[in-house]
Amino acid sequence: MGNLIEIKGVTHAYKTKSGPLPVLENLNISIPEGSFCAVVGPSGCGKSTLTRLIAGLMFPDQGEVWLHGELVKSPRKTVGMAFQNPVLLEWRTILQNVILPLEIVAPGMPKRKKEERAHELLALVGLEGFENKRPSELSGGMRQRASLCRSIVHKPDVLILDEPFGALDAFTREDLWQTMHELRVKEPFTTLLITHDLRESVYLGDQVVVLSGRPATTQYVMDIPMPGPRPLEMLYTPDAVEKLAVLRKQIQIAQGRVQAEAV
Amino acid sequence: MMRINWQKVFVPLAAMVVLLLAWEWLVWFKGWPTFKMAAPSDIWPAFLRFQHLFWEYGWQTLWRTVAGLGLAVVFGTLIGMIMGLSRMMNDALYPLLVGFNAIPKATVVPVVALMFIGQHDFNTVLIAFLISFFPIAVSVAIGLSTLEPEYRDILRSLGASRFTVFWKIALPKTLPEFFGALKVAVTLAFIGTNLVEIIAPHGRGLGHLFQSAQINSDFPLMFAVLIALAALGIFLYYIVVALERIFAGWADRAPS
Repeated sequence: MGNLIEIKGVTHAYKTKSGPLPVLENLNISIPEGSFCAVVGPSGCGKSTLTRLIAGLMFPDQGEVWLHGELVKSPRKTVGMAFQNPVLLEWRTILQNVILPLEIVAPGMPKRKKEERAHELLALVGLEGFENKRPSELSGGMRQRASLCRSIVHKPDVLILDEPFGALDAFTREDLWQTMHELRVKEPFTTLLITHDLRESVYLGDQVVVLSGRPATTQYVMDIPMPGPRPLEMLYTPDAVEKLAVLRKQIQIAQGRVQAEAV
Repeated sequence: MMRINWQKVFVPLAAMVVLLLAWEWLVWFKGWPTFKMAAPSDIWPAFLRFQHLFWEYGWQTLWRTVAGLGLAVVFGTLIGMIMGLSRMMNDALYPLLVGFNAIPKATVVPVVALMFIGQHDFNTVLIAFLISFFPIAVSVAIGLSTLEPEYRDILRSLGASRFTVFWKIALPKTLPEFFGALKVAVTLAFIGTNLVEIIAPHGRGLGHLFQSAQINSDFPLMFAVLIALAALGIFLYYIVVALERIFAGWADRAPS
C-alpha cells in the first residue's frame, strides 16, 4: 500500500504494416502517494505511450496499470494531463479554459464555485488579472501556466505531465519549475512527469526513472529524498551535480552509446 | 462603442463610383451600341422601368438561394462529420463526392427538372444545395480529422464521451474553416439558383427576368439584371461575414 501509481510488468507493441513495433517491455514503476516521479529516456522510447496507458486512453498488451488500488480499465475523472503543447481553446478566455475539466467532471457544480476555484489556481501561478484574456494574448510561459491550472482544477489525484516545459526558454522553464514546487505544497497530487531535461528531473523529482531505448524498460531508478519546495540553488550542490552525472551516464547507456560495464 | 470606420465605408464606395465613371466613359468613347455594352446611364432607367419586377424576382432568387444554402449547411456539416470522425467513411465517401462535384451542374438541371416536373421551387433549391454543399463537407471533414490528439486527450482522459469532445472542442475549433467554406458556398448556391432560373425557366427569379430581357432584345435590362445579381451576391456574402464575426471572431488576430 502507499503506492498511488503502480505499473507492473507492462509490455506494449504498436501494430504497424511491417509487423508489431514493441515500445514498452516489462516496465515497472511505483509512485508513492503525493510524490513526484520524473521519467527520462532517449527520444522515441515510448514515454508518451506510458502517459496514455496511465490515463486509461490505451491498454497494455501485457501487464497492469493500477491507480489508487484499482486496475485501470477506462479513463478516470481523477486524472489530470498537460502536454508540451498547452492546447488551450482559442475561443475561450483563460478562466473558461481552466474551468473546462470541471464541466466534464462536475457538471452540477455552480458556475460561481467553478470560477472561484479557477481564480484561486490562476492566482497561485501568477496569472491574476489575465482571467479574461484570450490564449493568443499570452506568452508561451503564461499559456503553459494556464494549462497547468486546467490540469489540476478538478483536484485530480494523478497528474500526468508530458514534457510541459519542453518548448519554453530556459528562464521561463526555471520559473515554472518553481511554480510546480509551489503548487505541490497547496495541491495534493501524485505526479508522473515525462521530460528530456535531466536538471528538470533532479530539481522536481522525488524519484527519477531512466527508461532504456526502445522497447523501453525500467533501466535505472534514482531516489532524491529532499522534501519540500527546493531552492533552485540545489541544482548546483555537489550532490546534485553528482546525481546529474550518474543520470547522464544512464542516458548514454540507454542510447546505446556506452556499454553498461563501463559505468 | 460602434464607431463608424469611414475608411471602410468611403473607400469601397469611391472605388465603385470610379468604376461606373470609367465604364460610362469607355462606352461613350468607343461609341458602343447597347447590345455590345450598355452604359450605366442606360442601365439605371431600365432598372427603374421594371423596378417592381426586380424586387419581386430578387426576393424569389434570394429566398431560394438561402434555402439551398441552409440545406447545404445542414447536410454538408453532417457528411463532413461522418467523414471527419470515421476513417472508413472518409475513404468510402470521398471519391463519390469528388465525382459528384465534378459533374457540371448545368447538366443536372434538366435531369432534375424532369425528375420533379413542375416543382420549380423545389428544383431550384435542390440545385442550389447540390452545387454548394461540397466545400462545406470537405472543410468540416478536414477540420475534424486534423484535430491534434492532445485536444481530444484533455477531455477523453476525464472520461468525456465522443459527443462531448465534438461539441466542446472539435466543432468550435472547425468554425473558422467552416466559415471559409461558407463564403465559397454562398456564391455557389447563388449560381445554382440562377442556373435553374435561366436553363429551366419557369417565370420566377432574376434569371427569368434576364431570360425575358434577352428574348425581347432589351439589352440595358440584361445588364441591369447582372448588376442586381452582383448586388444580391455582395449582400449575401457580407451576411456570412457578419455571422463569421459573431461565431468565429476569436480566430481573427488583427494586429492591434
